Amino acid sequence: MRDRGETFRNGAIQLLLAVNAVIMIYPLFVMVASSFKTNAEIFSSPLSLPTHFSTANLEKVWTETNFVRYLANSVGITVASVALILLFSTLAGYAIARYQFRLSSLVLMFFLSGMTVPLKLAIIPLFIQLDTLGLVDSYLGLVLVYVAMGIPSAVFIMTGFLRTLPRELEESARMDGASELRIMWSIMLPLARPALVIVAIQNAVPIWNDFFFPLVLITSDNLKTLPQGLTVFVGEFTTDWGVLFTGLTLAALPITLLYIVLSKQFISGITQGAVK
Amino acid sequence: MTDGWRHAGRPFVWRRSLWISALLTPALVVMVLFVLWPVLSAFRFAFYDFNGLRPSGFIGLENFRQVLFEKPYSDWTYNALKHNVIAFLALMLFENGTAFLIAFALLKALPGHRIHQVIVFLPVVLSAVIVGFLWRLFLHPLFGLVNQLLGLVGIGAIPWLGNENTALGSILFANVWHWLGFPTLVLLAGMQRISKDVLEAARLDGAGDYALMTKIVWPLIAPSVTIVTILTFIGSFNWFEIPYVMAGLTGSPGGSTDVLGLYFYRTAFGSTTTGIQDFGQGSALAVLMFVFVAGVTAIALRYLRRREIEQ
Repeated sequence: MRDRGETFRNGAIQLLLAVNAVIMIYPLFVMVASSFKTNAEIFSSPLSLPTHFSTANLEKVWTETNFVRYLANSVGITVASVALILLFSTLAGYAIARYQFRLSSLVLMFFLSGMTVPLKLAIIPLFIQLDTLGLVDSYLGLVLVYVAMGIPSAVFIMTGFLRTLPRELEESARMDGASELRIMWSIMLPLARPALVIVAIQNAVPIWNDFFFPLVLITSDNLKTLPQGLTVFVGEFTTDWGVLFTGLTLAALPITLLYIVLSKQFISGITQGAVK
Repeated sequence: MTDGWRHAGRPFVWRRSLWISALLTPALVVMVLFVLWPVLSAFRFAFYDFNGLRPSGFIGLENFRQVLFEKPYSDWTYNALKHNVIAFLALMLFENGTAFLIAFALLKALPGHRIHQVIVFLPVVLSAVIVGFLWRLFLHPLFGLVNQLLGLVGIGAIPWLGNENTALGSILFANVWHWLGFPTLVLLAGMQRISKDVLEAARLDGAGDYALMTKIVWPLIAPSVTIVTILTFIGSFNWFEIPYVMAGLTGSPGGSTDVLGLYFYRTAFGSTTTGIQDFGQGSALAVLMFVFVAGVTAIALRYLRRREIEQ
């Protein structure tokens, strides 16, 4: 009797999860399937599989739009921003974690306070600031904003992690006459790799996906990022759904592939990132 | 002092300070230029009149008076605020409610629970722009997936995004689909921290699934609930991307999907319908939004933390 009740309950739970999985996956499946269809096919039979795999939409996206350019811009801006966040926050975190100096806790407090301010709401002065520096509508301006946004939590994570590394390693290297730079670069930082991965994922995903800052700061079509480029794209091909679905599929592809490979790191990075 | 220069002489002390400063400088310069200065200025600018990009004169609380009490600005402010409040309540109920049920189901660790976690989190890593456009196509009255599926069971074409009564709900649905995995996995992590002994003991005492969920799991995941509530609140009041993509800058149709983020953007950077940009009014809105969100978050945190301890 009890077993039967248990089986029934588990069956109900599996059913609930199955329905949820379909709701999450089916829209993405339709998106991908539609990218191989012609417009007529999408409108007449939206629910069926494509009758033949046409790559016409793909060719159109590749040749008639600025899609490749947007993609390259997003890659460049994300890589540059994440690299600078890692570099700057590791250096600062290293100073706070490994040396004792008078203003150390004040400096850490300053960085931590940055985690509480939503930079989006300071967009007006930020825009004026970048305009004064001649950095509106440039890669550098956008990258600097992302770096500023990423540094507070990155310093927090790096400081916390670097503090846990044992003193002995550092001391013995110092006895051997290694310079401070060498101790940091060749001995301590290689050990910080797990923290660097977390920081990289936590920052790469929101920067890659960001729409707000490019919308305000970038106006030249050649500098636009992928999410921003999609709005241009959708404006141009309003009625050509085959091309639209192809564009969305291609835009979703890079991060989806990366997510499938690194799903564990993505999930822990993003949930911890927001929870911190 | 435990580091290397402990017993060193003056030149070394000087070199040590130089080294530490060099490590801190890049991060500090970026923070001062692009966080500290803009945030302080955002507060200052709210009290200024603007002439294009430059503040032209101190006008006290005039910008605040306009956005809070002078028509038509105040109407726009409260209309948008109302939708943010609705969004928060709806997301708490539907997004986080569903997430709680899914997390509780996943807690059983039945076959397939790991792959389900990966699936439910997949939309979270996608850009809101992709999600917004995807659902805009799916919600198209004639050719969209949703109405095609509903057509199969005999429900007529509904203009989801074109009707004032359904537009906000439709956009919220897309938002739930986008973010569901996030609260699900945060709540699941909270549930997995409950000790197995506690759950076993409750089972042996004859507690069924429902009693287990309401009497044991729910009270014990209070810290996770706090986090999810606070993040939903902050997210609801900074909501911008999905409404922008699905309903446009003016919150169409007829302002029925307008939210503070869109209104702030229109005020600050202008749009074809509202005309010229006003950095002063925009700054006042930004300050009000910041103070409101930070204030409510601080009060809510105190209340929710106390609740955590009591239970």
